[in-house]
Amino acid sequence: MDKFLQLTLSGLTNGAVYALAALGFVLIYKSSDVINFAQGEFLLVGAYVAYFMIGQLGLVWPLGVFLTLVVAVALGVVVERLVLRPLIGEPIISVIMVTIGLASLLKALVNGIWGTNPKVFPAFIPKHEIHIINAVVTTDKLWAIVLSVGFLLLFSLFFRYSSQGIAMRAVADDQQAALSMGISVKRIFALSWSIAAITAAVAGLIVANTLEVSSNISGIGLRVFPVVILGGLDSIPGALIGAAVIGLLEAYSGGYVGDGSLSQVIPFIVLVLILMVRPYGLFGQEIIERV
Amino acid sequence: MQSGIFHSTYEKDMALRHTPAQKIRLALVIVVIFALPFWADNYYLTLANQILITIIGAIGLNILTGFTGQISLGQGGFMAVGAYTAGLIATRLGMPLWLSIPIASLVTAAVGGIFGIPSLRLKGLYLAIATLAAQEIIVWLVTHWDAVTGGVDALNVRNYLWFQGARMRFTEFQFYWIALALCVGTVFATVNLFRTRVGRAFVAIRDQDIAAEVMGIDLFRYKVLAFATSSFFVGMSGALIAHWRQIVTWERFTVDISILYLAMIIIGGLGSVSGAIYGAIFMTLLPAFLNSVGRSLGGVFPLMDNLIPFIQKAVFGLVIILFLVFEPEGIAKMWRNVKDYFRLWPFSY
Repeated sequence: MDKFLQLTLSGLTNGAVYALAALGFVLIYKSSDVINFAQGEFLLVGAYVAYFMIGQLGLVWPLGVFLTLVVAVALGVVVERLVLRPLIGEPIISVIMVTIGLASLLKALVNGIWGTNPKVFPAFIPKHEIHIINAVVTTDKLWAIVLSVGFLLLFSLFFRYSSQGIAMRAVADDQQAALSMGISVKRIFALSWSIAAITAAVAGLIVANTLEVSSNISGIGLRVFPVVILGGLDSIPGALIGAAVIGLLEAYSGGYVGDGSLSQVIPFIVLVLILMVRPYGLFGQEIIERV
Repeated sequence: MQSGIFHSTYEKDMALRHTPAQKIRLALVIVVIFALPFWADNYYLTLANQILITIIGAIGLNILTGFTGQISLGQGGFMAVGAYTAGLIATRLGMPLWLSIPIASLVTAAVGGIFGIPSLRLKGLYLAIATLAAQEIIVWLVTHWDAVTGGVDALNVRNYLWFQGARMRFTEFQFYWIALALCVGTVFATVNLFRTRVGRAFVAIRDQDIAAEVMGIDLFRYKVLAFATSSFFVGMSGALIAHWRQIVTWERFTVDISILYLAMIIIGGLGSVSGAIYGAIFMTLLPAFLNSVGRSLGGVFPLMDNLIPFIQKAVFGLVIILFLVFEPEGIAKMWRNVKDYFRLWPFSY
């Protein structure tokens, strides 16, 4: 029972990081129908820029975090303007490939500047141990959960009540109709990319804070695919639930089955099975096609 | 100057090459291919072999992604199936190369067909992610099924062309002819595939799958067939890698390889055999070129040597982005533009 509780906790905390990365994913997909294969590299850039600001320049952490977020927004806007905008209306494979190219470029830049050796992050989120019944969890991991749930609420409210959020939903639904209603589709794209970059940077910060700063962080980008597919590519609550399910599955299969190596592949097996039954994920919107 | 290409007989209409210029170009290519191994040194022969093997894999992926429109991120996994099957049956069962390569291709075709089953219900992004799952599952199996594959340890491949007991080493020169024969066979098979009912069904599925179904194409059958055909050549490419390197390790078949091959066919040109060839040549020569440039600059900038891998990766990403932004139809289209320019010169309209 203790083991179960411990695994549940660690699964949920891992899921929280996935959820943060997945939120950016869903946000971009919702507004522009683009799937961002460079999401993991956005995390990576966030983590390294934060390391540079706080660890290397020695800034106080609120200022460092703020500057990191500014850099993230700039990155999102630049990427949208230079890379994605010329591809509006191109086939899906071109869009997938351009974000893959972006991923390769960003990772090479980060590795070229900071090298490939892991760096110790000046952790500013405290890591006290908290005992819940018989399981141990550190506070920084709880912060991950708090932040991802907070972002979820924020985004849900944003999409429901703010004019920008409603405009984003309109653009996702029908770009032409949105244009004719006076919504600037370009601005909406830039906005969604910068918000996605912010969530990615926050996720990168948390990973850097709990573990270390290394180029492995970008691997989270790949782990996030099962999460978003499970929840449905265009559903924000789906991203959170998908993240929790995948995080828990990884934890349980790692803890209970054999030597634990199954946890690397279990999300993908679940992914295939779910896609066979529900091709648009658990909460994704089914697209009705006509010739 | 020509005003167009007109056919007066069915034979001419069915021919693969129509104009004298095309025939001369083909003859030149054939001369270069046959002359190359006799003057090239070992370094260039190695590159040539790598290109030939890569072309087979790229054509395989182009059948699935370029012609049938099913985006696949599982290329590396399917290559791993081909490479490990070829390596294992050559080593454990002592089969010769001419048997192990076809068997490995067929096994990969079967595995590809199985992973093609979800494609009936999945499209576009969702299918891309499902094939990514295939990639991860296959690589995981390869690294964890110790009893068969030897797990993360490298598999040493025993090589011989006919039945013989001992291990044989092919020289790059000898291997060139094996790879060349298979590569030419692949090109011919694929070019002609798209002149048959099956090939045209693939293209119809890419252009509009619902319309294709209405016109009497069994979507499930042809999609699975596309996965199997594609995987057949991808497996062949993997099997060739196993025999060429004489060592099989899982690191060669990660998701990076899937991405590399996708980049190849996009940069070369989606949905054309020549595009796959150009892409394979370009993407094999680019890192080699950057490497040699980096090394020669190393004397001037001492830090250069350490930066080469990062520069290669950055250029790889940059090339993909630039091609997609400025010439989404790839090298094949650029080459067509060049040909059109000279054909129509001086009246370009």
